[in-house]
Amino acid sequence: MSRKRFATVWLGGCSGCHMSFLDQDERLLELVAAADLVHSPVMDVKRYPEGVDVCLVEGAVANEEHLETLRAVRARTRILVAFGDCAVTGNVTALRNCLGGAREVLDRAYLELADVTPRIPCEPGLVPPLLDRVAPLHAHVPVDRFLPGCPPSADAIHAVLLELLELPAGTPPAAAPRFG
Amino acid sequence: MSVVTLTLDGRPVSAREGATLLEVCQESGVALPTLCHLDGLSDVGACRLCLVEVAGQRKLAAACVTQAQEGMEITTGSERLVRYRRQIVELLFAERNHVCAVCVANGHCDLQRLAASLGIDHVRYAYQHPALRLDASHPRFVADHDRCVLCTRCVRVCDEIEGAHTWDVAGRAAGCQVVTDLAAPWGESASCTGCGKCVQVCPTGALFEKEQAAGGMLSKHRDFLTYLKNAREKKEWLR
Repeated sequence: MSRKRFATVWLGGCSGCHMSFLDQDERLLELVAAADLVHSPVMDVKRYPEGVDVCLVEGAVANEEHLETLRAVRARTRILVAFGDCAVTGNVTALRNCLGGAREVLDRAYLELADVTPRIPCEPGLVPPLLDRVAPLHAHVPVDRFLPGCPPSADAIHAVLLELLELPAGTPPAAAPRFG
Repeated sequence: MSVVTLTLDGRPVSAREGATLLEVCQESGVALPTLCHLDGLSDVGACRLCLVEVAGQRKLAAACVTQAQEGMEITTGSERLVRYRRQIVELLFAERNHVCAVCVANGHCDLQRLAASLGIDHVRYAYQHPALRLDASHPRFVADHDRCVLCTRCVRVCDEIEGAHTWDVAGRAAGCQVVTDLAAPWGESASCTGCGKCVQVCPTGALFEKEQAAGGMLSKHRDFLTYLKNAREKKEWLR
């Protein structure tokens, strides 16, 4: 049996889901023994590769770079997992939507609340423009699996990975799943 | 006491005349999801989660406000009902800003619990993200309309148990909100006694005590409702 190709991606989130991923502790060794980690913020790979079996995507879609990355991930991944509440609901990342569109949000953050040198950051090609609305992953691309939680527990993450990567069955998570 | 006989999920059951279908279900051990209902308060059929099918009726009936009648045939868990219940809960999430991660009721929330029990792992509808007001003018409590599901438990407990009728409902459709007095800030309410009953019956983190962190409101005390109601109606305090 060929080894599974596994990836994680970090969009508009706080990285807490990745911290929880690392909380799998020694179970990470089982994971890398059974599958190849081909892309992740914890490793230095710039381009999302082709032919990925399972990808955990953390964070909501908040700017144009996120959207571009998500579309590439969707095109090159068999099973895309919305990883954590920001990916599933928008969560804290989407709180800015209450202020209005991107322009209102930037005005509020960089002009109205600025102490010195009020200026909206604009570096074409370097600073990705904000999307007007922050949205969960499934608002833009089809999602195969939802893993809610802020962050999801390490046990819940491990249980999903065991199933999706078809690894030998481990201990099932003790906590009941919950939304949000 | 007159008794009526009806069929509940294919099983014959009897109920006292005037009992609601929800009471019949509860007495027969049939679990129906509820949100606006709370033992000790009147029922208003606001949330529609307890919808059931009644044979011969095209419309679904809210079990909490439908009386059991002789010969009724009730279905409580059909595929259609489960589909509607999921839609209702998803729409509640989409309608306002229910950000569980920063909510005082996270992990102790009736809405969150309902979502998990109905197997909801994402919301299929577009989140509305309305810009809503947070009222922290009261010295002890906060009203965060982002988390309100308009169940009106606060309105009913304040009217029926406390007798103050500070809370009420204003506006329509998406503009509907619970308000204190004539939509004045809670802290300026002349009628509020500060008893906190509304906070205790709120199913989400919409009404909470000040100085609570996310997940901080560990429990709400609802048993006082039946205690007070029994004391008044059965005059238990006089014995």
